Amino acid sequence: MLDDFMVRAGLAGLGVALAAAPLGCFVVWRRLAYIGDATSHAAILGVALALALEIPVFGGVLAVAVAVALLLSALSGRGLGSDALLGVLAHSALAFGLVAVSFLPNARVDLMAYLVGDILAVSRADLAVIWGGAALVTALVAWRWSALLASTLSPDLAQAAGLKPEREALLLTLAMAVIVAVAIKVVGALLIAALLIIPAAAARPIARTPESMAVLAAVIAACAAIGGLLISFAMNTPTGPTIVALGAGIFALTQAVQLIRD
Amino acid sequence: MTPLIETRDLTLAYRGHVVLRDVNLSLARGEIVTLVGPNGSGKSSLVRALIGALAPLKGKVSRAPGLTIGYVPQSLAIDGTLPLTVARFLSLPCRVSPERAAAALSDAGVPGLAERQMRDLSGGQFQRVLLARALLETPDILILDEATQGLDQPGAALFYQQIEAVRQQTGCAVLMVSHDLHVVMAASDRVLCVNGHICCEGTPEIVASAPEYRALFGTGTQGALALYRHEHSHSHGPDCDHVPMPRNEAEA
Repeated sequence: MLDDFMVRAGLAGLGVALAAAPLGCFVVWRRLAYIGDATSHAAILGVALALALEIPVFGGVLAVAVAVALLLSALSGRGLGSDALLGVLAHSALAFGLVAVSFLPNARVDLMAYLVGDILAVSRADLAVIWGGAALVTALVAWRWSALLASTLSPDLAQAAGLKPEREALLLTLAMAVIVAVAIKVVGALLIAALLIIPAAAARPIARTPESMAVLAAVIAACAAIGGLLISFAMNTPTGPTIVALGAGIFALTQAVQLIRD
Repeated sequence: MTPLIETRDLTLAYRGHVVLRDVNLSLARGEIVTLVGPNGSGKSSLVRALIGALAPLKGKVSRAPGLTIGYVPQSLAIDGTLPLTVARFLSLPCRVSPERAAAALSDAGVPGLAERQMRDLSGGQFQRVLLARALLETPDILILDEATQGLDQPGAALFYQQIEAVRQQTGCAVLMVSHDLHVVMAASDRVLCVNGHICCEGTPEIVASAPEYRALFGTGTQGALALYRHEHSHSHGPDCDHVPMPRNEAEA
């Protein structure tokens, strides 16, 4: 079954979508969208690093994503994470990454694959990395769910209840870096943040509790991943962007539902 | 009796400025203690240090082992992207059964709100739900930071009656920060007047007649109605002494 590239692509998309959606809810609730964006853009720098050092791309991207996510979280925690500063960091990381890749021989061909993803070329080994990372992130988020939620609502309230809000924030940051590293092959550095934010935002109008929002976001993300894959196959469109576009379509739909209902 | 929570020479800074210095405070089971003080006096910083959210610049905070704190914050901004029913909020961070949640809401004077969204509550309902959640943790200490914001006067009075009832039932200590001096002071065993340091402390009667307190909150009326006659007739010297007034130990 795994010999079929469409099956592998479907499983890869599903794995990333299911893990990214609940995490994405926290990204939306805590207003970290821009940090997610910056981290995923910086992943290109990780690609360049990995290709230059001849280590697996996953490792290079993970290292850079962790470093950038920690840096950005520290800056925003100190009140330095202004809009402009985040913008400078996000785009310069992307630009430096692109420049660095251009120095590497034979890497130009690969570049588009890392910018918009290459889900149809997912190998069995990629699949193992993707599902491994996705399972890790899902397990972390599920394990810390209540503490994460309390810290998101109010760090002081969480602190009074004996929790450590900084530790929970750090955990989210690291989970985000892992998602970036596993998702780069699926949707590419430019669109990873979309996979975090769009399903969660699409689920918001039809959810009543945080848990239902996370589950709905996962369902929406899975539909977008599988649907986007099938549409891209039928219409010969780039797969990553098609998945994100379908997610955006679902977002528009649920927003419309809310407008009509109110 | 060993105190539930105690501070020793606690000095706190907020954004690089010392806001409170040399606070020695201890809270025993069953006590109701109120912090009063003008805006920027360091009341909220003290509360944040007690719950562990603000690290001391100097000195220390010691808590009894296994101490549970029920905290009712001054306000809570819930992001519009976070769907949250009252029932779910009451289960944060520890799950409670629907029956216990319903009982807690009744006790707090807001029965039947469980399925409402937190964002749709009125200010008064919201504060009562915050109180209900704090009580569900069966706290050793209940800490209320200006918890009657958004309540009208009868509502605030009822709120304080509930606090007193809770103290009677559970024997927990209560630490309140408030501006509602006339209501709060009557219900307190001990009042601490705070302005960058502890200006004076004692029973409500002693504090209300202490010169330091009067300097902060006006004279006459034993503290009642003093809220709207808020004058600063003294300033603080480098050691936080009251410069124009002789230092006077209120408890003496």
